[in-house]
Amino acid sequence: MINSFQELSILLPEIFLLGMACLILVLDLFLSQRLRAVTFWLTQLSLLVTLFLSLKLLPDATAFAFGESFIHDPMSVLLKAAIYIIIAAVFFYSRAYLHERNMHKGEYYVLGLFAVLGMMIMVSAYSLLVLYLGLELLSLSLYAMVAFNRDSAQASEAAMKYFVLGALASGMLLYGISMIYGVTGELGIPAVSAAVAETGRDNIVLVFGLCFVMVGLAFKLGAVPFHMWVPDVYQGAPTAVTLFIGTAPKIAGFAMMMRVLVDSLGALQADWQAMLVVLVILSLAIGNIIAIAQTNLKRMLAYSTIAHVGFILMGILTGSATGYSAAMFYSIVYALMTLGGFGMIILLSRNGFEADRLDDFKGLNERSPWFAFMMLIFMFSMAGVPPLVGFHAKLAVLSAVVETGMVWLAVVAVLFSVIGAFYYLRIIKLMYFDPAEQREQINKSFDFKLVLSANGLAVLGFGLYPGLLMAWCIAALV
Amino acid sequence: MSAGWPLLSLLIWLPIVGGIVVLWLGERRQLMAKTAALLFAVLNFYLCIPLYCDFNNTTAAMQFVERYPWIESFNIYYHLGIDGIALPLIILTVLMTVLVVVAGWEVIQKNVAQYMAAFLIMEGLMIGVFAALDSILFYIFFEAMLIPMFIIIGIWGGANRVYATLKFFLYTFLGSVLMLVALIYMYSRSGGLDGGSFAILDFHYLQLSGVEQFWIFLAFLLAFGVKVPMWPVHTWLPDAHVEAPTGGSVILAAITLKIGGYGFLRFALPITPDASAQLVGWVIALSLIAVVYIGFVALAQRDMKKLIAYSSIAHMGFVTLGLFVAFAVATNNIADASQTALLGLQGAMVQMVSHGFVSAAMFLCVGVLYDRMHSREISDYGGVINTMPVFAAFMVLFSMANAGLPGTSGFVGEFMVILASFQANFWYAFLAATTLILGAAYTLWLLKRVLFGEIANERVGALQDIDRREFGVLGLLALGVIALGVWPQPLLDVMQPSVEQLVTHMLAGKL
Repeated sequence: MINSFQELSILLPEIFLLGMACLILVLDLFLSQRLRAVTFWLTQLSLLVTLFLSLKLLPDATAFAFGESFIHDPMSVLLKAAIYIIIAAVFFYSRAYLHERNMHKGEYYVLGLFAVLGMMIMVSAYSLLVLYLGLELLSLSLYAMVAFNRDSAQASEAAMKYFVLGALASGMLLYGISMIYGVTGELGIPAVSAAVAETGRDNIVLVFGLCFVMVGLAFKLGAVPFHMWVPDVYQGAPTAVTLFIGTAPKIAGFAMMMRVLVDSLGALQADWQAMLVVLVILSLAIGNIIAIAQTNLKRMLAYSTIAHVGFILMGILTGSATGYSAAMFYSIVYALMTLGGFGMIILLSRNGFEADRLDDFKGLNERSPWFAFMMLIFMFSMAGVPPLVGFHAKLAVLSAVVETGMVWLAVVAVLFSVIGAFYYLRIIKLMYFDPAEQREQINKSFDFKLVLSANGLAVLGFGLYPGLLMAWCIAALV
Repeated sequence: MSAGWPLLSLLIWLPIVGGIVVLWLGERRQLMAKTAALLFAVLNFYLCIPLYCDFNNTTAAMQFVERYPWIESFNIYYHLGIDGIALPLIILTVLMTVLVVVAGWEVIQKNVAQYMAAFLIMEGLMIGVFAALDSILFYIFFEAMLIPMFIIIGIWGGANRVYATLKFFLYTFLGSVLMLVALIYMYSRSGGLDGGSFAILDFHYLQLSGVEQFWIFLAFLLAFGVKVPMWPVHTWLPDAHVEAPTGGSVILAAITLKIGGYGFLRFALPITPDASAQLVGWVIALSLIAVVYIGFVALAQRDMKKLIAYSSIAHMGFVTLGLFVAFAVATNNIADASQTALLGLQGAMVQMVSHGFVSAAMFLCVGVLYDRMHSREISDYGGVINTMPVFAAFMVLFSMANAGLPGTSGFVGEFMVILASFQANFWYAFLAATTLILGAAYTLWLLKRVLFGEIANERVGALQDIDRREFGVLGLLALGVIALGVWPQPLLDVMQPSVEQLVTHMLAGKL
């Protein structure tokens, strides 16, 4: 009995968040629209407490729960902390967006919290089945969120597309997991790992299982050639939801990759490495080249996401601890930059005007030099120009790749980055060199502007001093 | 007096902080913003005085060194230090920024605070490039520099500015990312995560095989060749120079081109000496094409700024020729190779500093005319000397320096490089020396068409001569041009030990 209490204590953050999500769900029913802010602040408070629980209350050492199907390790702590912080900012941005459109409902936060719970479970899962449960909890919440604006035909279409393709991907993943189970007879990650090491690479069913798992994972992350849903969903969903989908779930996706490929199927490294090389090159190529042709900023950021996912996968494919920590660093940095990019769209938008066309950014420097500068930071960071943090993320991944001896892959990656730089530069060109089309004042609340500014300064600050975050990422994987 | 002060950090960060202050003062307090910008620029200039006075020109070791761990997981240090090669370029940078701020004082009407701030931030980053001793730190300054320049050309540039600035950015970005891969490769060769190092001085002693050197050299050649720029990757320069505002052209020509030359000195020559020797024929061929062919191209220009831009490329051809010519000697087995190398490198350095002064002055002269007439077409002018005699005197002086007339700074560097090329091959020297004819041809012809003759139209007739502000800027540059031409010894003294050490290093090779 005592033992299981100890085990449960490892899940304290998850249990607390679940309880809060249910509480907010019920409480919100009794709140009038005027008091909706209570829901918002309660949600933020839950995230804050969960952050505290994750960081402070849990033991430093690695610990397991439920017969080693749930793990608490340094990697999970760092990734969860990043997820909470990113999502807290997402809620700040979303509140303004939803409020302006009379869509400010408690369900958004409740669904968001459940999605966070799903991500936490993905990050901490130490059994393939638990991992799948976390993924589904996240995905189902996201499907509902995409359709949040039920009057919008475009959003409904996006939700439908997302749901069908997402379900297909989940099916693939589950099918792959079942094959792995069929060969090894295990679902727990350490057990699978041991069994796979014993069976070796020659087992054809195992390799097939890996293929299906890989397809499922690539779908979820949006790597080419499984990326078709990404631009449509990004564009169709309300910006507040795109913001959600585009940021923290990629961090959870990175964790999922790590748990499945590295922790469970490490013995098949040569196989998944070869598959990842193809995914990486295609993602970098398609992501960077197609983005040039976009006129919609959300769509452009969708393709840019695809290119960034290529970089994250490139870190994983090195198969070295350096590469994993580089990929981890990259995914956190990516979430931070994307958060800012979508935050800027929300900043400029108002009811009836989405500000998601590239042209809507024209002449921003005349309207608001400060926020034009923030966007400049985000764009140059995504392009990987120093001294912004995006550069250090690319540097970390590239050095891991070169260290593994794949200099050619590094060269390919940087060449595509140059192509990618073009479309980020175009935004800066619109903001700084073109005359303004919109003359409206930016009418967002002070706290919104504060969070967005903090976001931009974080990208700059981590760029000037990336050592700390990088050291955390390395420490998390030792 | 200034011992113990982190002088280099101050030089880098003071203007950047100044830029932020100027931005904060904003467009509404224009005069305050401008004054603050001038104040910071001048303050930085004063900082150069202890830098020069305390500089010990008897040693080749790095001085004013600062070294703190920065990104410990990758062994990256905030490592600054200068030798005799970097010092003159830093002083040049600081001086040019003051001139640019003064030159833009009344001319810039749009977003003045942002204009001044961009140049201040640019100054800090450029000094960072010259002072960085960690290759990643160098790379960060090297790349970050593109951001303010991109904005400068794009906001305050001419009609075709967007095309020009995108081309400028992408060209330079493409050149440098491959260098980044080369740097990472050398880091991984030097031990990677277990004690590897990004320090430039460690790279100098890193053993690299011939094949490795070959590829790394190509990466450097692309990165710095684009910056210099060498033929055939020079095409961004005429566009960028022509479209940039006067201040932007001045900084581009006077400093950023030098960063290419400096990169060769700091990276390519000492890190990949054997590959440099192996590929020297190509580099010299490209340099001579720049000198001769681009000289002819300059002759055909109708736009004043374009003409000066092409003449910059031709002059920078001299720099790359001087840097590499020693290897051609070594392969021909001439005994005093190192003497030639010394001459060539020093010639290249003098040429860089001199070109910094001369090209800046030429662009400022065009700027003076452009501010009055809003035209860069040579055919719109004629007989300017009648209405602007003082200005004409300056322009004649700078044009003579541009053509390499003895007694001006332009002559010293070119003469040294030609002398060095004679040791290598008569034809190298012969082709290089054609510049004395071509350069004279295009500059004198420019003078004839713009300054002399009858007053071409009534707009020229209505021109006002330069005011005190413009006189001050041009006068200062004229002093520099003549001083360097008559008495270049202080400059040579400062860099002597550093260049000597570089020569031994690069001629020894690594194989």
